[in-house]
Amino acid sequence: MDKSTHYSFGRDEFNLLEKLSNASSVSGDEMEVREIVIEEIKNHVDQYSIDSLGNLLAIRRAASTPFLRIMVAAHMDEVGFMILDKGEEGLYRFEKVGGIQVTHVIGKPVLVGKDKIPGVIGTKPVHLIKDEEMEQPISLEQLRIDTGLEKNGKVKPGDYVMFATKFQKLESSIMGKAFDDRLGIVSLISLLKMPPENIEILAAFTVQEELGLRGAGVAAYSLQPDAAVVMDATPAYDLPVWDKSENYLYNTRLDHGPAIYIADRAMMSDPRLINHFVMVAEKNKITHQIRQPGEGGTDAGAIHLQREGIPSISISVPTRYIHSPVSLARISDWENTYRLVSLGLKSLSASVLERG
Amino acid sequence: MIELKKHIKELTSLPGLSGYEGSVRTTIESAWKPLVDEMHTSRLGSLHGLVRGSGIGTRKRVLLAAHMDAIGLMVTQVEDGFLRVNDFGSIDYRILPGQLVTVHAGRDLPGIVVQPPAHLLPPSIRKKPVKTRNLMVDVGLSKEEVESQIFPGTTISFSQNPIELSGDVLAGHSMDNRVSVAAITFCLQEIKKMVHLWDVWAVATVQEEETYGGAITSPFEIKPHVAIAIDVTHAGIPGVPEHLTAPMGKGPTLGFGGNIHPEIYKSFKELAEDLEIPFQTEVMPGVGGTDAHGIQTVAEGIPTFLISIPVRYMHTPVETVNLSDVKRVGRLLAAFINRLEPDYLNNQGWITK
Repeated sequence: MDKSTHYSFGRDEFNLLEKLSNASSVSGDEMEVREIVIEEIKNHVDQYSIDSLGNLLAIRRAASTPFLRIMVAAHMDEVGFMILDKGEEGLYRFEKVGGIQVTHVIGKPVLVGKDKIPGVIGTKPVHLIKDEEMEQPISLEQLRIDTGLEKNGKVKPGDYVMFATKFQKLESSIMGKAFDDRLGIVSLISLLKMPPENIEILAAFTVQEELGLRGAGVAAYSLQPDAAVVMDATPAYDLPVWDKSENYLYNTRLDHGPAIYIADRAMMSDPRLINHFVMVAEKNKITHQIRQPGEGGTDAGAIHLQREGIPSISISVPTRYIHSPVSLARISDWENTYRLVSLGLKSLSASVLERG
Repeated sequence: MIELKKHIKELTSLPGLSGYEGSVRTTIESAWKPLVDEMHTSRLGSLHGLVRGSGIGTRKRVLLAAHMDAIGLMVTQVEDGFLRVNDFGSIDYRILPGQLVTVHAGRDLPGIVVQPPAHLLPPSIRKKPVKTRNLMVDVGLSKEEVESQIFPGTTISFSQNPIELSGDVLAGHSMDNRVSVAAITFCLQEIKKMVHLWDVWAVATVQEEETYGGAITSPFEIKPHVAIAIDVTHAGIPGVPEHLTAPMGKGPTLGFGGNIHPEIYKSFKELAEDLEIPFQTEVMPGVGGTDAHGIQTVAEGIPTFLISIPVRYMHTPVETVNLSDVKRVGRLLAAFINRLEPDYLNNQGWITK
């Protein structure tokens, strides 16, 4: 069988996603995920390097000519926390790294530092809370990470902290932390293992996306691609509205396939690339959706402004509850996102990028 | 010999919401089996284990009661493939978004408690914490699959597995009150090595979090002369006044107040001092919210006592407990039983002039 037409993810991809989802990679501390990625790709790329910010840049040369040089990016980092103080009897103050709602923190288990010391984030018991207090949000300052009663704990200020959620594969869905953007990471690794012949893949496993798309810009400068495709996870707000009215602000919806970006806060996707990928989806009967134009941003926001400008597009997996302890995605949406990018690259030629 | 940590981890890996304690009861039953002379399940589902005393003739009876039920959520409505839910027991809704749960449909389904994005919520509550009735549970299945398997009344438990923290601390859901069940197990192991004159009834009660259903009905059947409820109390944490809490890891608390027979309090206080087991007195103005409340007024009334284990973050899925505190309760209970004389609390323990 031609491996490049194999688009259902098998045990290898799910095992890899599980390993990556459970790994720690809070923005600024992407080492663990980077090491896993290097191990996966090193025998499938022509060269790889780590840049000054920690981006992992890998090149897989084209097998035929002429070829385009396309940057494909997925970010390695995730939202998390950092320890702020030396703690008092195992209780530590902490701060968010990246965008997390406090309500997603309370009553959750975490893992602290390189040794992954288990901790929990508790709160005042409900029995001792007055009704009016329940009407107020809990602030991060009120919370502590509790690592137990050890007097001389190993936890220290500056330790990164991750949610302790474990990956689960359900029937048609997957649940776990940091699907934003481990889904993209696994897809990008798969692309390097089963590359389109006509493309030189400039793979960028980026850092610090959650801190404002900081890794992707410098990666794009170094790689100098002809165009860029960003693979990320985008929120699916496809929940019922409180008054049962139609939800017309869903951003994306599960079961509707890869979400093609047209515009977000950070960029306009290149219209030629939009047309190309939409046509590829239609031709191959891949269920797909246009991500509702609006807020948000992906690495493409930083990439497209590098050098003289880089035509870019984001194609993301619709994912519920990103930036919370546990996200949820449909396996078919994830597979189809990979499939669309892979087929889209295979049929991408210089003519697509010509100005009419 | 049951290893305490393993026992608690097993007990806190089970759901057992109020009224649905089956799985927990089965587990406790197998733990207690080698430790008791006979055992049966009450009409409401509480587990009763008897260890006969060595006293001659009609022996007096002491009841040890710890509730085995847990808080959770219950499905109120299935809407567009998502579940609307209610609190089942008292829960601070601000801890719920992002919690992993198990939905007990025909088969157990993993789920997530989710808070819809603000723009999908009523405008009046967008700046406030979202109450349980506006949260939902997502099980990652299609609308059709959800509708065929889940119905109003389906129970939902927290699926947080127990976690070992430093300093012999365990974290997890339903430490309230499975740690007290474990303390009874520990006590039963201790009294196996001891002589005791009284009959001991170990009881894992049902429905404490809802109605004290087990605590109200089991004493009716057992007719104890002394009853001791074992439960959890609030351990100190930043942001909570010290006088409302007891420090974790510094011993159990001995209850004092209207729910408590003062003579039993005195016995336990002296016993703890004698055995050099650290303890705090928990003053309980009015009536408390434990099985002691239910037991005290059963039938003609029962001399009742409460001993509690400090637990942090009560009624969250990350309640924490120190194992030493659990052992201390087990030891205290065993020593108390060991020293019970036939005339203890004759005249109901009231001293008359």
